[in-house]
Parts: sequence; structure tokens; C-alpha cells
Amino acid sequence: MASKQEISQNGLWTNNVALVQLLGLCPLLAVTSTVVNGIGLGIATLITLVLSNTLVSLIRGFVRNEVRLPVFVLIIASIVTIIELTMKAMFYDLYLVLGIFIPLIVTNCAIIGRAEGFASKNPVGIAALDGFMMGLGFLIVLSLLGGMREIIGFGTLFSHADLMFGEPAKVLTIVFNDEYRGFLLAALPPGAFFGLALLIVAKNIIGARKSEKVVPIENLPETA
Amino acid sequence: MSSRQILLSGLFLSLFAVVGTSFVAVTEHNTRAAIAENERRVLLRNLHALLSAEKLDNDIVTDTLLIPASELLGSESESVVYRARLRGEPVAAIFNSIAPDGYSGKIHLLVGVYVDGKIAGVRAVKHAETPGLGDALEIKKSNWVLDFNGKSLDNPTRGAWLVKRDGGVFDQFTGATISPRAVVQAVKNTLIYYQQNATTIF
Repeated sequence: MASKQEISQNGLWTNNVALVQLLGLCPLLAVTSTVVNGIGLGIATLITLVLSNTLVSLIRGFVRNEVRLPVFVLIIASIVTIIELTMKAMFYDLYLVLGIFIPLIVTNCAIIGRAEGFASKNPVGIAALDGFMMGLGFLIVLSLLGGMREIIGFGTLFSHADLMFGEPAKVLTIVFNDEYRGFLLAALPPGAFFGLALLIVAKNIIGARKSEKVVPIENLPETA
Repeated sequence: MSSRQILLSGLFLSLFAVVGTSFVAVTEHNTRAAIAENERRVLLRNLHALLSAEKLDNDIVTDTLLIPASELLGSESESVVYRARLRGEPVAAIFNSIAPDGYSGKIHLLVGVYVDGKIAGVRAVKHAETPGLGDALEIKKSNWVLDFNGKSLDNPTRGAWLVKRDGGVFDQFTGATISPRAVVQAVKNTLIYYQQNATTIF
């Protein structure tokens, strides 16, 4: 069984949903035009992952093998619908921004992937932790990408923070330069692909540096 | 697999369907009032943006009229008109108009028209125009839509209800002519619709 540390490292870094597994790209690329959007969808995905992993782990003892996938899908779909309704009731303005992407969480392969690949084989506590760490890894990438695109695309950071955190959060918004006209490419979908590519590059460079420290240089496999 | 096993699996799956649906139903029941209130609040906010609250005293959200699909409004099915009144006298009507020919599909507008045929205000409520170019039709991005305030079919003349590039009086945006052109046309058509149907609206 994986240790808690391994699970955390897996979710946040080694096996990061967005940077390594490249799952859930549709919502990832579509909503990350600002930090607040990224955080919003990230939190919704994180909650879904924790709940679905927990429930799937709870029923893993008696779920019948032939129907396990439909049962997992049912669980995930119910959770997402409940989250959507709750969001509509409590954060309606944010819902107006993220609305169409919330139901899409159901189709985020990362969630059924963790349910089938991990939660259905591990005890509840560990499965919940895995869901949390995978979700957190996804949330961090969404926020970073949202931040990059917002700074370059609009010259602001945390704009519309009030949608999520209420009126007082308006002060969070940082405008770097009032004269900045914006850089359209970053705000449009291609900017999301470039941004994600840069994040993956950064992760790989840092990863390569780390392994250099452990592996003596002459033992490194030849690079292509 | 024996039929007994198939039956068991089927029952198991149905059980989960029932449990899952029940949770969703309970949540729906508990959030219904809050969601309806939110939708009403946002609608009221949008309507009051066109027509400030002191200009009317009726409940504009419920004082509505369903009008049949009309080419002038760009609608393909029935659409709602909100009616503002002050002490029982009609003040203005707010139409849901659609500009069908935006740069990226339809542009949904709220167009407020005073009883005398002057524009009370125009707001884009839903669109997919290019961020940074065409989206200047949003009040959040620029004040362009405010140019419509007070305009009517006589001011400017019908022939001048065009963007400047086409010889009209309305500004286009730097780098984007299609979005403003579509909106100008839709607002003009809404005024024409109002003129043709004024007697039946209130």
C-alpha cells in the first residue's frame, strides 16, 4: 500500500493530473482565463474527487464487479449535480461564469480514473487523501495557468474575486498597469495551450534537475 | 453468468440509482428557493441597469408578456417582454433581442424602449465575441452601448442606424466592425418592432 507521503507526492508532482496524466484538459483549457475561474473550477473538482474516492472506497467491498463502472459513474454524476445545485444556490455569479463547465466535471477522466484505479482498491482514509492530493494538484495547475494568462492577457490578477469570496474581496484585485491594452493571444484558447506547455516544460526541467542530484551524471540514460 | 447473478447485479445498480437520485432530489428541494431568488436578483439587476428603480413602481420581473417569434427581434421562439409602469401608466418595455449575425454567433441583448419610442438602454447579456475586440459591447469593457441611450428611429434617421464605417453615426471598435454592426442592426430592428406593435405591448 502506498504511504501517505507517496500519495501526496504522486498527486501534487510525480503523477499530476494536469501536467503528467494530461486529463481533464477540456475544462482546464477553457476556464483558466483568470485566476478566480481557475480556483473556482479547481475547488469544485477537488471536492468531487474527495467525495467520489471516499464513496467508491466505502462500497468497494460489496460492489459487484460487472456493474462497478456504471455505479462509479452514477456516484460521480450525483456528486457533481449536488455541487452544481449548491453552487447555484450559494455562488450564483460564479456559477454564471463557470456554469457550463461544472457538469463537464463528470466527464473529467481523472475522476473515474482515480475511482477505478485507486479508490476501489484502497481503504477509505487513503482513498480520500489520494482524491484530495490529486484534486489539489489539479487546482494548483488551474490557478497557475489562470494567473499566467490573466497577467499576460489582461494585466490584472484576482479580478472578479468578489464572485467567489464576496464583496470585501474586491480589494484583492491587482491592476499592474492601467494603460495595459492586454495581450489577446493569452486570453484566447491558444494561450491556454501555450501556457500549459510552458508549465509542463518547467515541471520537466525541475524534475530533471532533481534527478541529476541523485543519479551520477555518467549513469544518466542518453537523451534523444 | 447465471440469471441469478444478472438479477443481483441489476438490483444492485438500481439501488444505487435510487440512492443517488434521492440525494440529488433532496438537494434540489433544499436549494430551489435560493436558486429562484438568485435568478430573480440577477434578472432584476440587469433590468434595473436599463431602467433605474425610481422610474417604475411595478414588479417588472412578473409583469411580463409573451410575444411570438419575430424576425425583427431575432427570436426563433416566444420571447418575454418586461413591462415597467409607474402608478399604472406604462413607462417602458424591455425586450430580449437577438443579433443573429455576431462575429461568433448570436449576441443576446436586453433592449429597453420608452413608451415614446426612445431607447432607455441596451445591454449585452450573452455573447461569444472575441475577448479584447468584439467584447467591447459589454458595459464592463467599454461604455459603447451607452451611445444608444435616448436614440430613436427619428434620431438618427433610419438611414443612419449604421456604424460609421457604413456611413452611420455609431462608432465601431478598433479591429472589430462585425460585432457593433450586428448590435446596431438588432437595436434598430427592436425599435421597428416596437413601433409596429406598440399598442399590444402594454
